[in-house]
Amino acid sequence: MTNVIELEQLSVTFGKRPILKSLSGALGGRAIGLLGPNGAGKTSLIHTLLGFHPPTSGTARIFGQDITTDAKQVRATVGYMPESDSFIAKMSCVHFVRLMAELSGIPAKHALERAHEALFFVGLGEARYRPVDSYSLGMKQLAKLAQAIVHGPKLIILDEPTNGLDPPTRNRMIALIRQIRDGGRARILLSSHLLRDVEECCDEILVLKDGRIAANCNLEEERKLNRKFIELETRGGNRKGFVEAIGGLGCEYALSGERRIKLIMNETVEISDLYRLALENAVQIRRLNFKRDSLEDIFLKAMENGNAGDGASASVNNESRIENGNGRISDGGL
Amino acid sequence: MAVYEHLYGAYEGDSHSAWSRFLVIPRYALREVFKSKLLVTIFILCFIYPLVATILVYLHHNANALALLQINVRELLPIDASFFLTFVQVQCAFAFILTVLVAPPLISRDLSNNALPLYLCRPLSRAEYVLGKMAVVMFLLSLVTWIPGLLIFFFQASLAGLAWLWANLWMIQAIFSSSMVWIILLALLSLAVSSFLKWRVVASGALLGMFFVPTAFGEIVNNLFLTRWGHLISLWATIKSIWRGLFGLFERQTGSIRGKVTNPIYDEQFFDIALLEPPLWVSWLVIAGICAVCVWLLARKVRAYEVIK
Repeated sequence: MTNVIELEQLSVTFGKRPILKSLSGALGGRAIGLLGPNGAGKTSLIHTLLGFHPPTSGTARIFGQDITTDAKQVRATVGYMPESDSFIAKMSCVHFVRLMAELSGIPAKHALERAHEALFFVGLGEARYRPVDSYSLGMKQLAKLAQAIVHGPKLIILDEPTNGLDPPTRNRMIALIRQIRDGGRARILLSSHLLRDVEECCDEILVLKDGRIAANCNLEEERKLNRKFIELETRGGNRKGFVEAIGGLGCEYALSGERRIKLIMNETVEISDLYRLALENAVQIRRLNFKRDSLEDIFLKAMENGNAGDGASASVNNESRIENGNGRISDGGL
Repeated sequence: MAVYEHLYGAYEGDSHSAWSRFLVIPRYALREVFKSKLLVTIFILCFIYPLVATILVYLHHNANALALLQINVRELLPIDASFFLTFVQVQCAFAFILTVLVAPPLISRDLSNNALPLYLCRPLSRAEYVLGKMAVVMFLLSLVTWIPGLLIFFFQASLAGLAWLWANLWMIQAIFSSSMVWIILLALLSLAVSSFLKWRVVASGALLGMFFVPTAFGEIVNNLFLTRWGHLISLWATIKSIWRGLFGLFERQTGSIRGKVTNPIYDEQFFDIALLEPPLWVSWLVIAGICAVCVWLLARKVRAYEVIK
């Protein structure tokens, strides 16, 4: 898959305050989630990619085009939905979207047609002749999405698209984003501090913290690699024999305290096998937690990694957390 | 892609040329401008003087009409540089009124509705955005200043003949330049004000204030210090000097004051103080300075997002 965004030692400073600190990496997912706590630099990164803020050093490329030297070409291939309320007052929505299409280079006649299509697509077809300033918040968000996609960009940048939306409107917005993603005609860069939004829409994430990359991983691959993770609490019996038997099944495991065992289930191993081994070793299984790594776990780990040191090179992947080979898991990793 | 499909699709058609993209802005803005009945009324009023001027030109060349009116219009109001200078002055005054009505919301409305990121995330630079907004003002003001001015000039030339045209060909440049200087100044000044003041009424008030307050202040300076250099503070007086210069009618000395000194030996002595207008190049410098400041202010304010350092 071709890279959508390439970051090359990208730094941005406002006054003397560094906002983005030497970001490097390549993003190639169909839908890329940009995560991070407030003030992490998500919006600043988007603005820099759009050419609103000049990089202090380094650069970035979108579809191979440099954001500083080919700014206009970059912006021609991008659709942007800003975070805050943005519209042109005293203009009907269809004219607003048409104007945006024309500014993107579409001739007037086609622009009107595209504006109608985009508004029907987002679900504002019936309200398209109303002035945008008379819209509700949810409708304004949809209008912003319509203006971002009206010219058929190759990359759609969505900055907090579900901000302030009620659950049904949020679901609608998420459904639209997924529909665009699945259509395969445009890539998406979705910035949000809501993990659920990103989890539902994205296949790759970039986690920022304090202007640095705290994590950059492919969610799809992460999920594939993320085998069944189980936490057991045992009592009595031959605990040592029990864990050795688990190892014998090809499961990676780690001991945690006197009673707890953490293990990653092998593809061929079933829960009943664990009960059988426990019976053979007279071990009581008092608790069994079945858990998968969620985006929240990845995010929290990224935040911890970010705290530990330089996050620029931090990359969350299973290889860095699990020591394969001897069948044991490093305790800290889990 | 048909409307009923309701699917997202990429655009695969032609694009219009990049250089003319900024012209989309005035096209949409002018549509909004002409929705106002007040503005349409004033816009129509702006053509009263050109109509009067056209009638005067016609009377000049119509012997029957002159005989009928029993007025010697030719002597009363000759069609020369001062005729066109007056035309430019009157029309530029109307242009100022139009600017006060049209320009204030041009940028302020986009700023208050946070629309700038929407413009600037597209293949449109900040300079093109400002140029687009300027084009709204420039187009409207051109319609009431140099365009009718040149039409009247050619009407006069068609009636007076080729000899008159060759003798006065330089006036084409004078009519166009004098109008354009004022138009550019007004466009930049009004857009700079619009980018700083989000309320339309306040912005209109500020524009009027910029015009009248310095004029009054300049007159006070002139009377207090017995000079004409106070005109440099006044936008109207400065531009009038430039117009006179462009029409070849500029005179530095516009008057004098007779003073009296009482000397115990020689009795009374009279002396004259010549009132000299500032040199033309100083007036040009002032206008250029104002334009430069406006450009600088626009460069500071017209940004997708303001960064507080």
